[in-house]
Formats: sequence, structure tokens, C-alpha cells
Amino acid sequence: MSPKEAVFRVRGLTKVYEMGTVKVHALRGVDLELYERELVVMLGPSGSGKSTLLNILGGLDTATGGLVEYRGRDFTRAGELELTEYRRFHVGFVFQFYNLIPSLTARENVAVVTEIAKRPMKPEDALALVGLNERLDHFPAQLSGGEQQRVAIARAISKNPEVLLCDEPTGALDFATGIVVLDAIERINRELGTATAIITHNADIAAMADRVVHLSNGMISEIGVNAVKKPPGELHW
Amino acid sequence: MKALDRKLLRDMWKMKGQVLAIVLVIAGGVSAFVMLISTMMSLNLTRDKFYREYAFADAFASLKRAPEGLKYRIKEIPGVKEVETRVVAGVKLDIKGFTEPVTARVVSVPDAGTPLLNRLYLRRGRLVDPWRDDEAVVSEAFAEAHGFNPGDRFGAVINGRRKSLTVVGIALSPEFVLQTRPGAISPDYKRYAILWMGRNALSNAYDMKGAFNDVVLALDGDADLNDVLARLDSLLDRYGGLGAYGRKDQMSNRFLHEEFRQLQRSAEIFPTVFIAVAAFLLNVVIGRTVLTQREQIAALKAFGYGNAAIGAHYIKLVFLIVLAGAAGGIIAGVWFGKGLGRIYMEFYRFPYLIYELKPSVAATAVLITAASALAGTLHSVRKAAMLPPAEAMRPEPPARYRKTIIDRLGLGRFLSQPGLMIIRDIERRPVRALLSTTGIALSCAIMLAGTFSTDAVDFMINVQFKLSQKEDMTVVFTEPASRKAVYELAGLRGVEYAEVFRTVPVRLKFGRQSYRTTIQGTEKGNRLHPLIDTRLKPVELASEGIVLTDYLGDILGVKPGDMLTVEVLEGSRPVRQVPVTGLAGQYLGVMGYMDMTALNRLMREGNSVSGAYLSVDALHQEELYGKLIEMPRVAGTVVRKDEIRNFYETQAKVLLFFTFMTSLLAGTIAFGVVYNSARIALSERSRELASLRVLGYTRAEISYILLGELAVFTLAAIPLGFVLGRVLCAYIARSLSSDLFRVPVVVNPATYSLAATVVVVSACVSGLIVRHRLDHLDLVEVLKSKE
Repeated sequence: MSPKEAVFRVRGLTKVYEMGTVKVHALRGVDLELYERELVVMLGPSGSGKSTLLNILGGLDTATGGLVEYRGRDFTRAGELELTEYRRFHVGFVFQFYNLIPSLTARENVAVVTEIAKRPMKPEDALALVGLNERLDHFPAQLSGGEQQRVAIARAISKNPEVLLCDEPTGALDFATGIVVLDAIERINRELGTATAIITHNADIAAMADRVVHLSNGMISEIGVNAVKKPPGELHW
Repeated sequence: MKALDRKLLRDMWKMKGQVLAIVLVIAGGVSAFVMLISTMMSLNLTRDKFYREYAFADAFASLKRAPEGLKYRIKEIPGVKEVETRVVAGVKLDIKGFTEPVTARVVSVPDAGTPLLNRLYLRRGRLVDPWRDDEAVVSEAFAEAHGFNPGDRFGAVINGRRKSLTVVGIALSPEFVLQTRPGAISPDYKRYAILWMGRNALSNAYDMKGAFNDVVLALDGDADLNDVLARLDSLLDRYGGLGAYGRKDQMSNRFLHEEFRQLQRSAEIFPTVFIAVAAFLLNVVIGRTVLTQREQIAALKAFGYGNAAIGAHYIKLVFLIVLAGAAGGIIAGVWFGKGLGRIYMEFYRFPYLIYELKPSVAATAVLITAASALAGTLHSVRKAAMLPPAEAMRPEPPARYRKTIIDRLGLGRFLSQPGLMIIRDIERRPVRALLSTTGIALSCAIMLAGTFSTDAVDFMINVQFKLSQKEDMTVVFTEPASRKAVYELAGLRGVEYAEVFRTVPVRLKFGRQSYRTTIQGTEKGNRLHPLIDTRLKPVELASEGIVLTDYLGDILGVKPGDMLTVEVLEGSRPVRQVPVTGLAGQYLGVMGYMDMTALNRLMREGNSVSGAYLSVDALHQEELYGKLIEMPRVAGTVVRKDEIRNFYETQAKVLLFFTFMTSLLAGTIAFGVVYNSARIALSERSRELASLRVLGYTRAEISYILLGELAVFTLAAIPLGFVLGRVLCAYIARSLSSDLFRVPVVVNPATYSLAATVVVVSACVSGLIVRHRLDHLDLVEVLKSKE
């Protein structure tokens, strides 16, 4: 194991959804660490619980049981205010469907986040990091899917977060565009040292990770370590 | 500007059509509120200032004749600050080139100059020279109606003597802000005048040297009005006092008061409906916005925007719309208010109108609107604020449909697929369907409530003048006369038939309640002036006892069988107990009715009459007027036809103004509701509709699905609107009823159709706008985008 300090420490995490009379066990006892500067890919088929795990790590959802620690702070039972503060200052989130605000330009979409952060980058700098310095004043509808996702990444990293959580960032993109997006994520991880978790059902992406966490049926089935990371440019699917 | 605020403005711009529709509805409500309240307050302010500066009296009394010295005893009544005695009389005027009968009330001006109380505001010219008996100051409304200028002359019959008077001044008085002939239903500036002449001249003409027949008082601020009136009555009793009264019962002031009450009531009813509709529309639009922005909300939350920030964002949206609507409404309200004020100034003769919009009125309008809007949208805003981010990221679950009652009844097979879609959609969201329908229905109701007064007035006029008053003219004698006087009238050329009546001023008392009015005595089986009630049934007068207007019965708390105390206020002033034999519904005024013989008996008099109703040959009408002017016994003549025409002439402008305003406002509501429903439906269903287009449906067919639902709402709304409107009309009619008049709830078919037409046209206009968008539905784009 790496000697680096853990950003997240997860123990015995469970999550049960009640859908009417039916109980759905999305997570059935997950133990996991995410370390500083690390890039982790979480793999699993749909329904494996990876999105639930990411949502709990991102403070979007709360667990039914178990423990989640962020830098030694337990926020398993955190309230709404605490979670909001956590999301505001510590986490960057990238969604599968970008979730950009259609009425705001690329620059303004990033500004939505920088305006409430503690020590943000300038929106222009964040967009430059993902190679979008030429399209600052375009609205989402005027951008391609890949560009939209890069705006979403710029938005996520613009607050200088300590963790970047990406939910199927290439899920809605074609191969070439997906590579550009992964390249942006990898560069952020490498240059800024932001601990990054990517969830995907695309096993080929796993090659760019430090560690690969396999999830199935709400549990971690396997954790693999890549001795050599492949740069996104060399990935194929 | 914050990025989130920029989003707000762009979101608003994107739904500008819907925002505009809501802004218009809010502006409609606020403008109605501001218009009505500001007009009322401005008139109030103007009235108070005029009353104060021109020393409007606090108490009034008329009497037969009292020596001037009585003035000092009146002044000793505790609480009396100022006393002014006057000579007041009714005169007949003869105006060159105007062949209809004109009467006037002439009021004396002290010889020392301007009156102490009820002072005159001289618009032009000067006051009368105290030593001249051929000069008069005339009321402004009358001067305008006849185009009189200082220096012009007209004829007058003063106590039977013909005189030529010169107009020396044109004036206004707080006593005659509304210049209405006693007993008339509306001011008549052509046929009724107020004149002011020197006290000396009038005293000579009426044998009032060293005497007076009218007195007005100003009281100290803390005086007990009732006590003063009672003491004044007892002083004047032996001089033929007709009963003292306060400002509350002073004719002009009374009408003003009623008008203000009417404005106040309208200001409560109309804006309330608008604001309720606006709150509903905001509820729908914000609800929809929150739904379509679920994922944006999720993203914002994922980046650390708290519940409060999200809630505040949508509240800001609501407030911006409210502010835009309120600002527009205030501007329009001031504009309308000034217009309404100008129209009122033609009725209410103030020297000036101080138009003022109190900031508190504008603030109240904004606050009420904002609070209602907030109440209407709180649910949606809360939903947005509390939306769990993890859940928000998942797209909204597909809408749940189920088989409807129509399906279950097996009627579904008679409907086409689009028909089924319409029915299921309505059934799936019954509350929204109901609210949309109610919203449209409210516009229909507003329309009815705003325009039914024309029908009510027509009906009243019809009952009053066509069914109940069939005489061509009414001749009133200066004092009770014998029947011989009527034979004299009947013998005049042109008079075809004459019928007598007796009117006696009385004070009616029952228990602690009392009311000053007249008893009208009519002969059995009279043809010209039958007494009929609001159900158009003839009222039977027993050979003993009295029938009261039902409203008066309520005021006094009497029912048939009770014994009523009648204090007669003329002649030997007998006080009698009279059984109440019935109550009759009447639209105008309140009084008692008796069989004439019974009334004569009550008065212990012979066959006295107060005047006669005449049916006249139109060919000899003008000649007849000429004769009547010359007859000393005749105090005045009223021609029915003129009175009706005058009524419509004076009311027409106000009615037109209100009908126009109401149609505009009702149209706004209908447009706002239909347009918003259509836009929401379009945004919810564009995917579905585009899919149908891809499957080969025509534009017309998909329009049918979308607009068919709205057509169902609109068609259902019209009958509902009729019912709601009727209820609203009844409420308005009831809240406006006073002893001056009761408004019948009569709505003519034409008014119903006008209301329905305004609703249907507004609905069609908004339907066409949406249809235009539907025609430009981008099939590929719609299918590509998710959600």
C-alpha cells in the first residue's frame, strides 16, 4: 500500500433504498481508501453500486450504515449544512450528462462555482486547463458533447478541490472525444495532484488508473494496482 | 452580476411569453387596485379639504318658519360652534331655448357677504349684491350644461312671481358636490339647478323678513351629534321642523360616501381575483421550471450551493416577475386612476381634484402580490430547495398514466387515440385541470361582474319607469292642496288623464330605531303609478296600515303585524301608531306606502293631495310646460322621459369606462391562463408530439392533441364562469345595497355571450400563438435532447 495519507476512508458502508415495499441493497458493506494524488477507476456493471458509492463520497447522498471519513472527519451522519459546506469547499464533481446550466456560457458555468469557493482559479484559467480558452462565451447548446464535458471538468476543478469525482465522464461521448476528456482529467490529477475517482463500466479506461476497484452487486470484488499507468492517448475501446 | 443571477435573467428571457402573461395578470390586478384605491383616496382627500376649507356644516335642519331670534337659542345648545340661518326655497326656471321643465333650489346668501358655513367657491364672477333681487349665483354644473356666463339672464318663477335673473357668478359648494334633485336617481344638471340669491331678496319674496326656514350648524370637535340634533329638533318642533340630520344623511355627502364604499368594495373584489390567478399561474410556471431544471439543481448542489441558496434563486425569479407586474400595474393604475378621477369630477363638483397615490397604497399592492405569489409558489420552491441531489441527477421518472373512468366505462372505444391522450392527460392531473379551468372561469366571472351593472340598471329602469311609473309627467304642488287643484290640472289642454298622490314627510320609529322618510299615499286601482315589487308583483295596500320597503323593514327591525310609530313632520304634526301590513321589495329608496284614504285619515285631513301624475298628449307638451310654470301652486314638474334619458347620459361614460376596463382585465386573465397552460403542455409534451410527427401525424393532428385539452378547459370554464360570475354579481349587489338603492342581480343573455366571447377570443389568440410554435417544432432536435 502507498504510504500517502488517505483522503477518504470507508468502512462497512451500506446503502438501502426503499422502493415502495421493496428494499434495494445498493451497497452491502464496502471498505475502501482513496489516497492523496491518486487516480482510482471504479469499474462495475450497472447496478453494481458504483454511482451510489460516488454519490456518498461526494456528499450528495448519505449512507444507511457504516463509516465514511474525509481527512479523518466522519461525515457518515452529517447534516444538510455540513454536507453542503463539504461539497462547496472540498469536492469537484463531473456528471455523465455534464449538467451544465444551459442559460449560462462556458465561462459563466465555471463562475457559478468560483463565486462561492474559497480559493478558486479564474474561470478562464480553469477552462484553459481543459483546452477551451477559445470558447469562453459559448453557450452549452453551441458546444459539442466533448466540449461540454470539458467545461464540466473545468467547473469541477476550478475551486481547487481536494478530490475530483467523475461519474461516467465519457459515458455519453464517442471514443475520440472521450479520450480528450480523459486526457483533461489525467492532466488535472498529474499537474494539480487532485485525488481523482472515476467510475465507469468501460474496463479499458482502467489502464490509466493507479488502482482499479471492481464493484459488483454492492460489494468490492477486487482491487487491482497498475504497475504502469497508460496515458489516455494510448487507450482503446 | 453573479453567474446565478445571470442564469435567472436568461431563464426569464427564455420563458418571456409566459413571464409576460403573468406580468400582465399581476399588472391587471395591481392596476385595478391602485386605480380604485387611489381614486377613492384622492376623492376623499379632495372632499375633506373642500369640506374643511369651505366650512361644510355638521348639522342641517329645514322648518316651516321661525323667527330669527331663535338663532340665539340654537347657539346655546352645547357643542354648537356656529349657526347660520337661511331661506331656502324651490323655484321653477324658464330658460330660453330649453323647453323642458327646470326646477331649482335657491339658497340665501347672507347680506353681509359670503356665508359662514357651506361657503361658496366662486369659479367665476362675483357674489350677489345684497340689495338686488334680480341677481343670482348659479351652480357650475348647471351653468356648464346651459352654457351660462356671468351676465346671462334667465327667467324664474319665485313664489308665483315671474322674475328675470342675471347670472353674476358661477360657484361650487360643499353642500352640493353632487347636485341631485330630491327623489331623483341621478344628478341632472340640465333640469335641476342650485341658485344662490341675497337673503334680503329671498326674504321679501317668501315673506321671511326677520325669519328663516333652514338652518345649518357647525359643531365643536367633541360635540355629541345626536344630542345636538335632539335639542335642535325640540327647539324647531313648534316652528314646523322637518327633523334635523347630520352629514351622514345629507344628500350630496351621502352619495359621495356610497360611491367611496363602492370603490372600496370593488378594490377588494377585483384585485383579489387577479392576484389569486397570478399566484396559480406562478405556481404552475415555477413548478414546471423546477422540474425541468432538476439536473441543474443537482449540479449546483453538488458544487456546494445550499438549500437556502437554491430556494432563494427561485424566490428571486418569483419576485422579479411580481415586481415587473406590480411596477407596470402601479404605472397603469395611476394613469387609469387619473382618468377615472376626471370622469368622477363630472359628477362630483369639486373645485379641483388632488390626485394622490400614497406610497403606502403602492407598497400594499406590492406586498399583497408578493405574499400571494410566494404562497402560490412556496411548494415548488421548497421542492427545489429540498431536492436530494443524488435523486435529482436521475431523470424524472416517466409520468404515470392509468386507464380513466371513460376507459373503464368502455367509452374509450368511441374516442380516437389523440382523444384518449387528451382525456387521460386531464385525468392524470385533475388538480391542475381543475385549477386551469377555474382560472379561465374566473376571467369569465370577472367579465360578468364588471358588466352586469348595465343589465341591473336597465332592469331597474324598466321596473321603475316602464312598469311602475307610466305617467308622462309628475306635478308637485308647493303644499298639500285639495282635489280641486287636480281638476284644474286635468282641464289643461294636452292632459289626457290625471291621478293624484299624497306624500307626507315622516319619522318612523320602532323600538330604538328611527328613520326619516316619506309615506306615499296612492289611490286604489291607479293606472299610471301602480306599486309593484321586485318580483314585478303588484303590492296590495290594505285600507288600514302601512307597507314598508323591505330594506326599511330591516333597518327598523319590523315585520308585518308590528305597530309602527309614525311622527308626521308637516301640518299639525300628529304622532300615530300604524300597523305594518306588509314589506315590499323595491330597488330605489326606502319609504312607506299607504292607501291614500287611509293616509288622509291618519293626517286627519280631507282629500288632500301633494301632486298628480299626468298622462299627456305629446303634441301639447311644450304648451303645457308653459302653463305649469305660470301656476303658483305647482312647485315643479318632472318629465319621465327626460329623467330616463338624463340617467343614461350621465351614467354612460362611467359604464363605458368600466366595461372597457373589465373586458381588458378579463381578457388578460383568460389569455394568461390559456397561454401558460398551453406553453407548459408544449414543454411537457414536445417530445411526445414530435414523436407523433415522426410517425406521420400532421401538424393539425398534433395541434389537436395539445390544444384540444385547452379547448376542453375553456369550454368547461365558461359554464363554471357563469356560475362563479353570478355568485360574484350577487355578492357585489348585496354589498352595494343601501337605503339609496338595491342592485338587482340581473344578467342578460347578451352579457353572458360577451363574457364567453372575451374568454373564447383570448383563448384562441393564445392557442394560435402556441400553434405557431408547434408548427416550428424541430423534430430531430427534440428527439435528440434527453428528458
